[in-house]
Order: sequence, then structure tokens, then C-alpha cells
Amino acid sequence: MDFLIAPVVVAVIAGVLAAAISIVDKIVNNYGPVNISINGGEKIVTLNGGESLLSSLASQEIFIPSACGGRGSCGAGKCQVTSDVGVHLPTELPYLSKEEIEKNIRLSCQVKVKTDIDIMIPEDLFNVKKFKSTVKSIRDVTHDIKEVIFDLQGEEINFQAGRYVQLVVPPYDKIKGTTQRAYSMSSKPGDKGVIEVLIRLVPGGIATTWVHTRLKEGMEVELIGPFGDFERSETDAAMVCVAGGSGMAPFKSILYDMFEKGETDRDVWYFFGARTTKDVFYMKEIMELDGKWEKFHFIPALSEPEEGSGWTGETGIITDVLDNYLKTKINSEKAREGYLCGSPGMIGACNKVLTANGIHLDKIYYDNFA
Amino acid sequence: MVPDLNPVVLLFASIFTSNILLANFLGMCSFISISKDMKSSNGLGLAVTVVLTLTAMLNWVLLQYVLIPLDLLYLRYIIFIIVIAATVQILEMVIDRVSPALYMSLGIFLPLITVNCAILGVALFMQIRNYSFIQTVVFAFGSGLGWWLAIVTLAAIQKKLVKAPVPAGLKGPGITLITIGFMAMAFIGFSGMLSVQ
Repeated sequence: MDFLIAPVVVAVIAGVLAAAISIVDKIVNNYGPVNISINGGEKIVTLNGGESLLSSLASQEIFIPSACGGRGSCGAGKCQVTSDVGVHLPTELPYLSKEEIEKNIRLSCQVKVKTDIDIMIPEDLFNVKKFKSTVKSIRDVTHDIKEVIFDLQGEEINFQAGRYVQLVVPPYDKIKGTTQRAYSMSSKPGDKGVIEVLIRLVPGGIATTWVHTRLKEGMEVELIGPFGDFERSETDAAMVCVAGGSGMAPFKSILYDMFEKGETDRDVWYFFGARTTKDVFYMKEIMELDGKWEKFHFIPALSEPEEGSGWTGETGIITDVLDNYLKTKINSEKAREGYLCGSPGMIGACNKVLTANGIHLDKIYYDNFA
Repeated sequence: MVPDLNPVVLLFASIFTSNILLANFLGMCSFISISKDMKSSNGLGLAVTVVLTLTAMLNWVLLQYVLIPLDLLYLRYIIFIIVIAATVQILEMVIDRVSPALYMSLGIFLPLITVNCAILGVALFMQIRNYSFIQTVVFAFGSGLGWWLAIVTLAAIQKKLVKAPVPAGLKGPGITLITIGFMAMAFIGFSGMLSVQ
């Protein structure tokens, strides 16, 4: 039986050490029940510590925005912590300004709840809900953009036009764990029973690949929302809206909402940029709106229209078209505001053109989903 | 046969003349990659010292009371590694609880201490050289301090090197290795004063 000694010794030693690790884990990672006091005691939730603030709150049906899904790469999940939770972590610093650091604004996905903690969150977030929806329809609006309509199964969503929802993508293939991604709602606030989004296929994208290859009508999908602060201002300044590709979504919602509510006394310029005639969509619908609404001007522009495609709209890069209109057609004596939705590159370029034409950065609104 | 060594001599020898890094060149990879920043160097130096001392003690006990009596010396590599891995795991959890900032700054290098050759090296030296328990503790602690001293010294030199006109081809690891070579020569310069086996 001598041959058994060696394996038994190794097994016993490994077993004792494994037990030691589990015991330490139980002691060290057991924070016991902790209280999260929200907005100065307005709401107090009690839960077991050890998780991130973001997921702790989510387990209590309070949803802090996390456009990237809690990876700490979007900086959306900011929240003010008014009790002491230690110094800012290196993973938080890139997303916080000096003023925010002084006010102890933290990224909720990076802060672990270890002791009782006091936080301040905007009242709006109490309105955020998790919806169990079914896919009502999926439609290809271009070769790489799908319009997806989710039915909320009798529940209702109340939101301002321009807000976004987070789509919860279940694990598939090699993607372990659920993923969340933010998409602007293109449905009108008036249609409370459904949520419509536009999703462009991003090569290699976890969520967009899933939507384009796996999502089928009738499937059950979770949505969390509404989030964001993108909305039309309550002024009478002319709105200069610029969208690229699936950036159409929030404007579709805002424009139809304005038209439906009779806010047609405001100048609205809507620039829509795409590459070829294959990439444009909703042309007929928006043109129709343009016809019915005197102060609304729709300017679709293609950067590379195909020969003989019969394209009659503007030609050129969207920023050049925008610059030209700002200089020659849009009255610069009246107040103007910029509204942007598209890729980070497009937003950066449009910011430059708008500021060069005298629209201050404070008056330019956009969401950042990176 | 336990060697006749004064623990004080052994302590100084393991820090300076037989520095685990500069005389034996063990534990190089984290030494080179972390030494760019003084704060992380200090954190890692502390972590290595603690892990080294703890694991050497545990390993000595297992060696003397399990492996040698049962004639299982050939299992020493696997046993030493298991003990080191478990200690690092426990330490990682404790640091995460006690100091999240240190935990974040050590990052991937804390779990990598598991495969830091200096730690296995010290365990094997203590076995080959037949150290007593006191000698093992002193030797391990001294080796940890020596590793800490070396990485902090290199971090300080690297700070100066940033501004130095290093030829393009030698920038980065090249000049770092040359610097380590000079440091090793300087440390070995002490070897006439003390020496241990």
C-alpha cells in the first residue's frame, strides 16, 4: 500500500489548504447585511455586501445607467457617494472631472458595497424599470440596420423622446454572462406599450451580432430603461439635428413627438448622413413629415451616391453639408441648438463645425455610448 | 546537518551579498515589469516579503514533519507550489478587503507572485542547505527585503533614466537589463564581507 502514501499526502495537504481558503473567503468576503441609504434616507435598502454598487442596486430594482454593462468603460454609471468608501480607484479616474472627484462622484460599477453607504441619485432613476418584453417584429431597414419592435406585454414605459434603453443580451456561443448595451428609442413617447430601436450590425459586436443573427420574433428579451438626458430643450431656439446611420433613432422619436403634440412653431433642421443609397431609410416617412410641417427641413446627404441612382438630395460629407447650411441657409441671428446622434467620430466632427459657426458647446446635446 | 550560521549574518547576507534577485537572478519578470513605478514597486516588494516569509515557514514545517519522515522528498516541488498558490490566494482576498487601492495598483502581479521564482527558489534553498526553522525564517525574510530593496532601487534608477539620452535601440528592456547587470556587480561587491551557502 506504499504507493498510496504520496497521493494521499498531496490530497490531504491540498484539501487542508482549500479548506483554509474557503474559510478565509467566508470571513473576509462576508460583509453581512449593509444598508444603502438613497437621497438622504428617502429610500433605504438592506442587502448583503460584497457586490458592486451597480449590481447591488440592480438587485433591488434600482437601475443606474450602465451603457457598457458594468465594465467601467462608458462612465455612464456615475453616482454621488456621501459616506466614506475609500479613495477613487485608478479605473474610475479617467471618467471623472476634478469637480466630480471633489464631490465624491463614483462609478457605481467599480465601487464595492462593504459597509453602510449613503448615495445620491437623480429622482428619474426611480422611474427606471426592467421590462420583460417579447419581440413583436424585426425588419431590415437597410442592409445592416434592423428595426426591432418589442412588445412590453401590457406594461407601460413613460419617457421623454430621446431617451435610451439597455438591452440585456443573454450568454451565447463563447460569450459568457449577460451583456447590456444601450440603444436610443425610436418609438414615440405616446406609444407606451412598445419600444422600438434601430440596431446597426457592428462587426465583432457582442450585442449587435446577437440581434442580427439570433434574435427572432416572439423571443423574450429584457429591457431596462428609460435612461439618459438627451431631449429637446424647452426653448424656441432653432434645432439643428445631425444623425448618421442608426443615429436616426432618437430624432424619429423626437420629431414625431413634436408633430403629434403640435410643437410645430419651432425651426427644425434635420441632417441625415449616409454613404450610398443603400444606407438610407425612412426617406418616405420623413419626407412626408417635411411636407406636412412647414418649419421642418429634412436634408439627407450621401457622401458617395452611386452613378445613375437618381439621387436628388445633397451630396458630400455630412459635416460639409452642415457647414454650408449653417453659413447660408439657417438664420444665424436667432438662437440655435445642436442635437447629435451617431458615431463618436461623427459627433466630434459635428461639434467642431457647430462651434465654428457660433453654437456654443453648452448648446450642443448628445449621448455618449462608447 | 544544520549549518552553523548566525541568524544576523544570514539576514545581512540574504539581503546584500546573496541577494535573491541580483546574485541568483530569481523573480525577474515582475522585477522588470513593475519597476517602472515607485509606488507599485513598494507594494509588490512588501507583498513578496510577506508571501516569502509565510510560505517558507509553512514549507519548512511540511518538509520536516511530512515529506522527510515519509520519505517523499521528491514531492517537494508540487507541495511547495501548492502552498505558495494557496497563500497568495488568501493574501489576495485579505488585501482586497483591507486596502482596495493597493489591490488595484498590484493588479495582475499579485496573482503572478504565485509563479515568482524567488519564492520557490527560497523554499528549495532552505531544503538544500538544511536550514533550521529560525534560519529559514531569517533567510526568507532577508531575501524578501533584498528583493524589495532591489526593485525599489531599480525603480529609482528608472525614474532618472526617463530623462537620459538612451540610444533608441536600447530603450525599454534593453537599458533595464544593462542597469540590472551593473546593480548585480555592485551587490556582489559585498561578497568578500559575508558569504553563505
